[in-house]
Amino acid sequence: MNAPPPPLAPTGRSQTAGDLLEVSMGPHHPSTHGVFRMNVVLDGETVVKLTPVFGYLHRNHEKIAEKNSYLGSIPYTDRLDYICSMTNNWAYVLSVEKLAGIAVPERAEYIRVIVGEMTRLFNHACLAGFLLQDMGALGTPLMYAFREREKILDLFEALSGSRMMCNYMRFGGCRCDLPEGWPEKAARIGAGFESFLDEFEALLTGNEILRARSEGVGVLPRELAVNSGVTGPGLRASGVNYDIRKVDKYGIYDRFKFRVPLGERGDVFDRYMVRILEMRESLMILNQALHDLPDGAIIDPKVRLRNLRPKAGEAYGRIESPKGELGFYLISDGGPIPYRYRVRPPSLINLTVLEDMCMGHTIADVVIILGSIDIVLGEVDR
Amino acid sequence: MLGLGILKGFMETGRNFCGSYYDPERLTTVQYPEERLEPQANARTIPFLIYDGSDPIGGLRCTACTICEQECPAHCIEIVKDTAKKPDYLGKMQLHPKVFDIDTAVCMECGICAEVCPFDSIKMDQVFERAGSHRRLTLHKDDLSKSNEYYNKIHPAEAAAVDAARAEEQKKAQARKAAAAVPATP
Repeated sequence: MNAPPPPLAPTGRSQTAGDLLEVSMGPHHPSTHGVFRMNVVLDGETVVKLTPVFGYLHRNHEKIAEKNSYLGSIPYTDRLDYICSMTNNWAYVLSVEKLAGIAVPERAEYIRVIVGEMTRLFNHACLAGFLLQDMGALGTPLMYAFREREKILDLFEALSGSRMMCNYMRFGGCRCDLPEGWPEKAARIGAGFESFLDEFEALLTGNEILRARSEGVGVLPRELAVNSGVTGPGLRASGVNYDIRKVDKYGIYDRFKFRVPLGERGDVFDRYMVRILEMRESLMILNQALHDLPDGAIIDPKVRLRNLRPKAGEAYGRIESPKGELGFYLISDGGPIPYRYRVRPPSLINLTVLEDMCMGHTIADVVIILGSIDIVLGEVDR
Repeated sequence: MLGLGILKGFMETGRNFCGSYYDPERLTTVQYPEERLEPQANARTIPFLIYDGSDPIGGLRCTACTICEQECPAHCIEIVKDTAKKPDYLGKMQLHPKVFDIDTAVCMECGICAEVCPFDSIKMDQVFERAGSHRRLTLHKDDLSKSNEYYNKIHPAEAAAVDAARAEEQKKAQARKAAAAVPATP
């Protein structure tokens, strides 16, 4: 008689035992804002372990840029954080300008500030909308935010020809001048945004459900935020006064009056509130920049867009993108293509503290904690 | 009072709902395809090639210099040079493309080809309804060739500037030619 077959070895690599449950959230989960996966270990509803898994949207951005000319990488940077293409352009051209020692005309600097702050406006508005959608407010806040965003995207289309993939900035300035009547339209939309923010806050900030869901949830302690390299609104919500616009004063940011809103507790509500307040400061910068906008050249006529060959050396340019510190590290060997091209993506580095923030909260809170970090998977995975 | 924030929020949504019947600020939906927005003058989609005159292939401005092919970040342009030369609008002998293909599946519509073209030959189109039942995503020379009048129609300001600059150059070239034709006084 044949012996009975031995029992099958357990499949998979689940490290959980007993009452713990391992759940794979994503990559196609609507709350993950893209293709992002979290391996969550649950005790009942409480998170005891969380492992982020990313790389589903990896597109070889850095390696492609090391085969393209300096000019050819600008449209690729649009696609990093595909919500804020203007600030991505800005960070990249800033590092090329540092590398090649190119000066930027006054008018171009002002236009960069204007479009950069507009990007911050709609990024934060959409983030608040997405966050509320994650909390269960399906549609309404997000649609209001998108309605305002469309107005700014219309402006971007009139300026650069494309709504989201603007490809607008060039080393030494910007690609084309403002169309006729653009600054007036921008000022009008800026004023409209002010009243939209009042409306948005009346809708959301005092809402008891929002406060109950977000206060005390996902606390990021100050020390941990600093030690893990978190930047942007997430860091400032934890009470650290660190804004690269103030620290570096890149471009012409030393000419504008604005405050840096800070949070106290570093929970989801603080991260939401810091963004709302930042939008108000952005509007102030926008108004000042539109008011002072000088005439003049839009791009340094001596700069070579094609066949730019910076001297051998290295440069790191960084800006305060809406999500945090966005930096580009470039090494040139004197040739027409960068020898090394490296992106310092704020989304990826802000994501590293996800497990610490989620520990001990319920699985429903994981969704809003992730939403409050403000990630875009195009930038996380590159 | 608990619930006051929610009530305030409801008032906002109520205002938006009522406003959506009369306030153009809150009536933002465009009923595409019945309604359409005018494209913005700067809007760009895929590139096209400009020809002068009436011959879509013979009149192409392209001189097959391959600058766009080299600069295209996605490397979606393929050019094969013809061997015969033809005079261009300035009377200079120039090569022409035998093959000019753009793989629109790869093209990311960034507009760098139009920016670097020294002959004002490749420009950005505004067609966006390109879906079809075919798989022809690589556009050839004859698909890409469009008239200068079309360019003037979609990008009026930009095209007028290009035409003026070209007319100026042509005038200068003719003047040079006339000066060269007059034999130096013995």
